[in-house]
Amino acid sequence: MRFDKTEISLALVAIACVLFGFVSPGWLIFLLTIALAKALVVQGVVMQMRSGLVSFGQGLFYCIGGYTVGMGGQFFGIHDAIAALALGMAVAIVVAMILGLLLTRYRDIFFAMLSLAFSMILFGILVKSQGLGSTDGFNVHNWTVFGWAPDTGADSQQTVFTMTVLAGLLIAVLIHRYTKAGIGVICEAVRENEVRVEYLGLSPRWLLYGNYVAAASVSALGGGLTALATGHVDPEMAYWTTSGEFIFIALLGGLGHVAAPFIAAIVFSVVRTYSIEFVPNTWQMILGFTLLGVIVFLPKGLWSLVSREKSGERT
Amino acid sequence: MTSLLAVLIDGSIYASWLFLVAAGLTVIYGVMRILNMAHGSFYAIGAYSAASLVGWYFNNGIGPAWISYLLLVGAALVAGLIVGVIVERGLLRLMYGRDEILMVIITYALLLILEDTMKIVWGVSPYFAYQPYTELGRTAFGLLKVSNYDLALVGVSAVLGLGLWAWLERTNQGKVLRAVIHDREIAVAMGVNVRLMFTITFVLGTTLGALAGALTAPAISVVPGIGIEVIVLAFAVVVIGGLGSIGGAAVGALLVGLSRAAAVHYAPEFELFVIYGVMSLVLAFRPEGLFGRTMARKI
Amino acid sequence: MTTILETRSLNKEFGAVIAAKDLNVKVAKGEVVGVIGSNGAGKTTFINMVTGYLKPTRGEILFNGKSILGHSPRAITRAGMARSFQVAQLFPDMSVIDNLIVALAAAESPRPSFLSPLRSDARIARAEEILAEFGIENYQNSKVTAVPQGARKLVDIAMALIGNPQMLLLDEPTSGVSMDEKTGLMDTVMNAVRQHGVTVLFVEHDMDVVERYVSRVLAFYSGEIIADGKPAAVLADNRVRDLVTGHRPTHKKGNGAS
Repeated sequence: MRFDKTEISLALVAIACVLFGFVSPGWLIFLLTIALAKALVVQGVVMQMRSGLVSFGQGLFYCIGGYTVGMGGQFFGIHDAIAALALGMAVAIVVAMILGLLLTRYRDIFFAMLSLAFSMILFGILVKSQGLGSTDGFNVHNWTVFGWAPDTGADSQQTVFTMTVLAGLLIAVLIHRYTKAGIGVICEAVRENEVRVEYLGLSPRWLLYGNYVAAASVSALGGGLTALATGHVDPEMAYWTTSGEFIFIALLGGLGHVAAPFIAAIVFSVVRTYSIEFVPNTWQMILGFTLLGVIVFLPKGLWSLVSREKSGERT
Repeated sequence: MTSLLAVLIDGSIYASWLFLVAAGLTVIYGVMRILNMAHGSFYAIGAYSAASLVGWYFNNGIGPAWISYLLLVGAALVAGLIVGVIVERGLLRLMYGRDEILMVIITYALLLILEDTMKIVWGVSPYFAYQPYTELGRTAFGLLKVSNYDLALVGVSAVLGLGLWAWLERTNQGKVLRAVIHDREIAVAMGVNVRLMFTITFVLGTTLGALAGALTAPAISVVPGIGIEVIVLAFAVVVIGGLGSIGGAAVGALLVGLSRAAAVHYAPEFELFVIYGVMSLVLAFRPEGLFGRTMARKI
Repeated sequence: MTTILETRSLNKEFGAVIAAKDLNVKVAKGEVVGVIGSNGAGKTTFINMVTGYLKPTRGEILFNGKSILGHSPRAITRAGMARSFQVAQLFPDMSVIDNLIVALAAAESPRPSFLSPLRSDARIARAEEILAEFGIENYQNSKVTAVPQGARKLVDIAMALIGNPQMLLLDEPTSGVSMDEKTGLMDTVMNAVRQHGVTVLFVEHDMDVVERYVSRVLAFYSGEIIADGKPAAVLADNRVRDLVTGHRPTHKKGNGAS
């Protein structure tokens, strides 16, 4: 298997991150873990944006990933974190395969609204589920990795961070290939001209379906890692404003590069941490104005600043 | 029997409330093709304006209770008008012509901005204006006691719905609006001032949203975040009915209202689920909503 | 001669408007058929129905003797009937060569791969050959929105031909193309078509172009076929002269319909 420049750079950054994790303070590790895990959810949003669909309900899979990891340990005796994460992705894939049958018939605002509705259905179920802690959710703890149980908080924080970085690397490489592969490029083609895709003898619905399911699994992984990192899940994960946040990060980064969502998520988390501390009542306003600014001045997201010198070159 | 009656009464009350909330949203979408995420914020602004004005009126014992109803409506009209004009002239006007889905995101940004603006103006502690609600008393239906204010809401909603319908279908201005809805380019070619129609429509929509909030204010405690809860409900209603259709919004509101009331009485754990369940079900069989029209792309 | 495409009393009504009335068309393998008619005569409606974009109100469509009525455009394309569009249908954010590469991948398999790159060396090489065949190799890396109308039309037709169709429906291949470019464009297209042994049906406004390339002409007027036969005979037909070509004393000049 050959690796291209982007993949090697991603791997180097990932190794640097893991090493950095051993020396940096706990709060920073925590912040980065959450940011990277959210970035994975955002990758799912971005995958769909490439195909022209804006999901206002990606929180559904974020929540499924998180709750599956939590419930796996709590109720089904699956304490191994990696198995639980995989289970979360599997559940998300099954759910996406069912919902996708319906959702792939829709475009534009109809897709946005219906995806929002599905995520709100899960929210509605969870807030009424006493056994799962209703609106409070429940705690996620006592997990192990390959039989090893981290015994201090710092240990487990460190472990989740390392897992998140490695998962991020794996997913980034896969998505990088995916976007250049048949399905990735042709999903963009669907966005650009669906009629033409149909007249090339391809099924736009099948393509969007495959893409939707793939995006769901990536987002569920992000949700599972978030649950491990915060040690808690609650129905808010499926609430529509959570999905709105993912769209925000996706637009902030732009669709230009697989690394963009990671960078955008880190920027987002840092700004949020400080805003909530210093200007708690204007945090959303800052978000709103930033979003408008990005739409008007950086329609291709933050990544367009990085890649400005290389403009004209197709990657 | 009693519970069936309760479902019908609760359902109608909830439906008329939903219709009030959704009417402005659907009018704006119908004419401007903007699915306005910030509609819930207009609702909240209306609620805050009304609650602070009416609260102040009663706390200072200024005059008779009936005036408070005028204040409710007045506060909503003024707030809706001001915010509507500012938002349309100051933001949306610069954004027209963009993708429908991008407009959704732009109005989402607007929602974020308005949410915090409200926190700055009104703070984060709750506002109450319960007097207009309790003042009207209750009516007994057998064993059920129903607030007269809620019943009046049903009337207001029906009058408003009929008024909107009559305005769109029976007046000249309505005709012009329908021309804009039908084919914007031809409307422009026929000399319709589309920009002006957009401003009128948007301000009408925000005012309707604010009015819904103001009329709800006496029945709830007005706190940050009420708009965010309301907007998804309004979406469900208009999507079910078919985006942009007044009649559709009415039917959508009834459908959601009655199903929710039924859920509350018979299976409370499905209360929220049922709303989006109905929405998904309707869309599964009628992608454009019950009263929407499909538009084919020309090649 | 075997029939490749046959329609039997095909009807299409849009509300009260009759866009197609009892269309009975038989096209034999290897034929090059021209379709003429003024705007709104039902030519594009006919192509849209045959390729599955519009569902006929009544009637039957047979392709190679099998009914394709109600099939999706995708299934009909896969069955071997391709089309081009009045306004070139391309992927506007992609370069010319990438448009062709997408078409090549589509032709190879209806299920694109998840991880192996779309721009493989083999596909790039093949796309370059096609670009050369159509004489648009200069535009290889330009965005399709940045190339002249004629080249875009060629990309559109090349994409249709990449799937090796048995039959190709061209919807006004020269519309929007300047007078000087028309003949060159049609020569290129017809050469490619002959090499692939494709049956062609094309809609055209320019009678020069029609006479030059087709073996048979169908004249449409208000949803009906009013004449069908050799070009010379059809163009000499009185009704055709009155209703289709008559209002244009000379042949349509200038920059064509756009």
